[in-house]
Amino acid sequence: MAEKILMKGNEALAEAAIMAGCRHYFGYPITPQTEVAAYMAKRMPRIGGTFLQAESEIAAINMVIGAAAAGKRSMTSSSSPGISLKSEGISYMAGCDLPGLIVNVQRGGPGLGGIQPSQSDYFQATRGGGHGDYHLLVLAPNSVQEMADLVFKGFDMSEKYRIPCMLLADGTMGQMMEPVALPERSAETIDKPWALTGTEGKRKPNIINSLALAPHELEEWNLERFKRYDIIRETEQMSESYLMDDAEICVVAFGIAARVSQNAVDTARAMGIKAGMIRPITLWPFPEKALKTAADQCKAFVSVELNMGQMIEDVKLSIECCKPVSLCCRTGGMIPTPDEVVAAIVKANEGGKQA
Amino acid sequence: MIVFEKPKALTDAPLHYCPGCTHGIIHRLVAEAMDSLDITGRTIGVASVGCSVFTYNYFNCDMVQAAHGRAPAVATGLKRADPSKIIFTYQGDGDLASIGTAETVHSAARGENITIIFVNNAIYGMTGGQMAPTSLPGQVTQTSPYGRDVNTVGYPVRICEMLSTLDGPCYLERVAVNNVKNVRHAKKAIEKAFRNQVEGKGFSLIEVISTCPTNWGKTPQAALEWAEQNMIPYYPLGVYKDKYSEEAGK
Amino acid sequence: MSTTQVLIAGFGGQGILFAGKFLAYAGLLQGRNVSWLPSYGPEMRGGTANCSVILSDTQVGSPIVGRPDILIAMNLPSLEKYENEVPAGGCIFVDSSLVNRPVKRDDVKVFPIPATTISTEKGYDTLANMILMGHVIAHTHVIPDEMIRPAMQKVVSARHADLLEKNIEALNLGLNYQA
Repeated sequence: MAEKILMKGNEALAEAAIMAGCRHYFGYPITPQTEVAAYMAKRMPRIGGTFLQAESEIAAINMVIGAAAAGKRSMTSSSSPGISLKSEGISYMAGCDLPGLIVNVQRGGPGLGGIQPSQSDYFQATRGGGHGDYHLLVLAPNSVQEMADLVFKGFDMSEKYRIPCMLLADGTMGQMMEPVALPERSAETIDKPWALTGTEGKRKPNIINSLALAPHELEEWNLERFKRYDIIRETEQMSESYLMDDAEICVVAFGIAARVSQNAVDTARAMGIKAGMIRPITLWPFPEKALKTAADQCKAFVSVELNMGQMIEDVKLSIECCKPVSLCCRTGGMIPTPDEVVAAIVKANEGGKQA
Repeated sequence: MIVFEKPKALTDAPLHYCPGCTHGIIHRLVAEAMDSLDITGRTIGVASVGCSVFTYNYFNCDMVQAAHGRAPAVATGLKRADPSKIIFTYQGDGDLASIGTAETVHSAARGENITIIFVNNAIYGMTGGQMAPTSLPGQVTQTSPYGRDVNTVGYPVRICEMLSTLDGPCYLERVAVNNVKNVRHAKKAIEKAFRNQVEGKGFSLIEVISTCPTNWGKTPQAALEWAEQNMIPYYPLGVYKDKYSEEAGK
Repeated sequence: MSTTQVLIAGFGGQGILFAGKFLAYAGLLQGRNVSWLPSYGPEMRGGTANCSVILSDTQVGSPIVGRPDILIAMNLPSLEKYENEVPAGGCIFVDSSLVNRPVKRDDVKVFPIPATTISTEKGYDTLANMILMGHVIAHTHVIPDEMIRPAMQKVVSARHADLLEKNIEALNLGLNYQA
């Protein structure tokens, strides 16, 4: 591993994207992810890459579609309101089976909302966001190191399965600096026989398309895609367990909420409560297996989120509601304090005793 | 002996267009340009949304189908990904001049080295004849049943004139395909729009005044006449910008 | 095994983020776990800005410093906002040139220093942040003295090498300051 340097999350992810072979970035300014675009604007021209500030988020995602259709690793980044605008294009990417990386450094919503960190786009990300029957790969970093590492993972998985990938970060992850060792590895190269590279008169035209007016044909396409989703659900769930060996109370949190919850779990342990945490790293596929296993041992779950309770639905579904699941949340750009999470753990622990 | 030959850049798929629709002619002109410049093997087309949505079945080159109005952005991504490829979009008036106005204007302003074929028939064809941004004042459509009232819905958009105010575009010309003479001229313009790209000259857009007999409620012949008498006076044919000839003339 | 949570707060433009970055780098060079988190957005321009820095021998959990062991208040609004968040036994450093009232807490250690006045008098304009930082190091040993130069070399870009010595000199003023 390289020497650790201090980097902002946004910059680490931008540099990681370049190291992962991305040479085409299309974006539009929005707080709190602007550093990604600024970094790309500085670096791309020097390495023969493309940085283009598009006229809108809509245009930016469609430029990603063009570059991805040509077989290139390409990406865009934005924050919540901008992701709503990109959702049309993301749906088209899914329908066209195009890979690519979409970064959402979330801020509070709805509407123009605020600019402080949030996780309120969980539903949008994990349910697809745009119209139609589809999923995105959704990765949730909780450190600057992961902002970099998951970019590699995201591009690789996205190309392997031909499914667009969303890196779901938040304002804290984007703005904070931590030591990061950028991975010393070259980009994975994946054969893309479907790419639009010109027929050169040697093959039939490649067509990238999401339109099928015959419903049976569209159904077939969708079923084929869902078969890939099944493989991903089976093989790509990622989560991290913290003090879960003997845990009775399982906190579930991702991103910045997991960082706060880690302190809370430590405090709860010091108070004599057997608390642990499962931190989803893939939000889609959701780490159902880890939660299901935890449900055998834990008496209660606490979902900690920066929204009014979105991931909690996946927690309940994963454990098939066999144990009580409570919510500890703040919204609008507020972040729960470790004390608030401790209080939720204590309550869950007491509730468990009564039951 | 001259025998009718189909351009190599067209596939054998039968066109789905209505009888008398001029899309077929325009497809042929685009394909002839590709043949003539021998670029089909390195051309990537961008289909849009509207009647021309299925162009990906008709051109014998790699094709991608874009969301409504977004073809110039997709084309930008393709061109930036590999500038050695020839990228064209084929868009109707609703796609290019209404929902995709921003993408049109900004790809032109950037001077993207792409070719845009803009088919203006003053109506939404695919969805069944609604008012387009280019529908003429007083024109009756499904969504302007009493005729386009400029007091309430405003005036048509003249794309070539509008884009000609920008420094970015290289070549803007409006042509028509309503008679043999105009078709011959359109062929030259379309070929030039592709040649400009091959030569790296920049953004070229050809607006083609076209017909929609079905949704205009006219016979194919009457539609050609209506285009001559009503559309061309509102949308005068001619070159609106030709950067290199301007510079050559200075 | 220890963790130190530092909150630096003041006006935008006082070099708060820079001071935090210096501290974080010093920790990193020692091989400790560190995090640096700025406040961001419009409040940065002329309003209040703050920066959370955590130095720890264990993994850093939340990067948000809500209960700072060390509070560096570079203006009155920052002292007002965070004074009561410092746990008993913690340290509050204030730029007494800009904070015109005493710290009300009596269960914390208070270290005032007229950093802005010193910086102006000694010709180190805009380096009050480093004078305060020197004062912090002197009284808390949050980082060892020998880390000062290497950390400063990391945060002062090579393009502004002339500023390296100035920053270290300013920091030394605070380090050697006798109240």
